[in-house]
Amino acid sequence: MSVGITLSTSGRIVRQLRHDRRTVALLIVVPALLLAVLYYMYEDAPGAFDRIALTMLGIFPFVIMFLVTSIAMLRERTTGTLERLLTTPLGKVDLLFGYGIAFSVAAAVQGAVATGVAYWLLGLDTAGSAGLVLLIAVVDAVLGVALGLLCSAFARTEFQAVQFLPVVVVPQILLCGLFVPREAMSGWLQAIADVLPLTYAVDALLEVGKSAEATATMWRDVIIVAGAAVLALVLAAATLRRRTP
Amino acid sequence: MNYQSAIEVSGLVVDRGRRRVLDGIDCSIPAGSVTGLLGPSGSGKTTLIRAIVGVQIVKAGTVTVLGKPAGSAPLRRTVGYVTQAPSVYADLSVRENARYFASLYGLGAADAERAIADVGLTSAARQLVGNLSGGQRSRASLACALVASPEVLVLDEPTVGQDPVLRDDLWAQFHDLSGRGVTFLVSSHVMDEAGRCDRLLLIRDGELIADDTPAGVRAAAGTDDLEAAFLRLIREREEKVAA
Ligand SMILES: Nc1ncnc2c1ncn2[C@@H]1O[C@H](COP(=O)(O)OP(=O)(O)OP(=O)(O)O)[C@@H](O)[C@H]1O
Ligand SMILES: [Mg+2]
Repeated sequence: MSVGITLSTSGRIVRQLRHDRRTVALLIVVPALLLAVLYYMYEDAPGAFDRIALTMLGIFPFVIMFLVTSIAMLRERTTGTLERLLTTPLGKVDLLFGYGIAFSVAAAVQGAVATGVAYWLLGLDTAGSAGLVLLIAVVDAVLGVALGLLCSAFARTEFQAVQFLPVVVVPQILLCGLFVPREAMSGWLQAIADVLPLTYAVDALLEVGKSAEATATMWRDVIIVAGAAVLALVLAAATLRRRTP
Repeated sequence: MNYQSAIEVSGLVVDRGRRRVLDGIDCSIPAGSVTGLLGPSGSGKTTLIRAIVGVQIVKAGTVTVLGKPAGSAPLRRTVGYVTQAPSVYADLSVRENARYFASLYGLGAADAERAIADVGLTSAARQLVGNLSGGQRSRASLACALVASPEVLVLDEPTVGQDPVLRDDLWAQFHDLSGRGVTFLVSSHVMDEAGRCDRLLLIRDGELIADDTPAGVRAAAGTDDLEAAFLRLIREREEKVAA
């Protein structure tokens, strides 16, 4: 692993994004717009908006970064740049962490806009600070990136890559506590939810909603999400083969 | 260090899908030479090249480059590879591509500019690769391999889509670099390029049917025209197989 190569790889990915203005605009504007929709949906139930908007601030970056990364990595594979990169001094971990860093930067920008809109325009109210919400959103985005990289190893086409969304992402959204609080789910569903990393991201956000200070539970959750992201990146590195059939 | 042969292939067998694509290839490519790899479409040129740069799963046999197993870590600094389809980032400019590949070798902007100039793309350096013509795009891809000044350059059809003047420039450059000790393996479809190589490998259905100098190939086939010589060698081979 080389820090220089990792950073120049992230730089390259950010530059690719920058040339694609439309994607940048969509990345930044869409979550804020969706939050506004939620705001009007729950106009008559302000407490519900706080809970749902807070959860969504964790779910948006996760889903969007998962999709963007799996497509980006698949493109790297199908255009032959991956094959070429693997004949250079670049290490597999350099490439994957390069993606992780580049998209966390994108997620930080996206999260800052979405969080700012939620708090200042839509009146989101939490006991804890917006800064912690942003931190959790970024860690969650890194998780999305890591799972996207891992899943793209099992996809040969864009169609297949997109199909991993319902397989890997949707169950996590269903079970993370957004629709039904986890305590209210039956035991076996809770057991599944307990091994899905998004659950912990949402739990951490709800902690910020409840407590003025960062709680131990929140930090534990953040560490679990970060750990899951690193694990997925390591697995992605292990499934990335220099030699192919 | 001086290697008599830069690339040694022995008993190489490769299966792709259910097909045997390379069936016992033996050859050795001398250091500091330009070797042409020729053969019909689907004969296994790209597969042999992939084995030499160490990205192809091989069934049997060995490939050694500069005395080390193909694809091993030290070779990743000294072997440059240009894939058949240009493998550069379409959403980056030529310059951004060259700088990124330079950075992988710890090199900087000056090396990137030199490589861009070497392939004649200086005036298009700021253009997005996605907006280049096909020939320009494959030169951008070549620049990203030249940037690291590799000792061995493996090029899969680098001159496709180039006009005669540019092709001539590129071949002159290959010979210039090989004069300074760089080893080239260049696959091609174009027979008039075969004559510009120091040595030729002719591959057909995964088997090597000639490994000689252009003069040697001409003599063996008894004709001065390389294209006719190849056709004759291929026909002779088919008759032998049929018999
Ligand atoms: N990924 C793959 N899976 C299965 N078979 C493959 C794969 N790639 C190539 N082949 C087969 O291997 C054989 C050799 O292919 P290769 O790409 O090496 O040919 P080539 O000589 O480079 O052809 P061309 O001049 O058209 O580039 C072909 O018959 C091809 O169909
Ligand atoms: Mg080919």
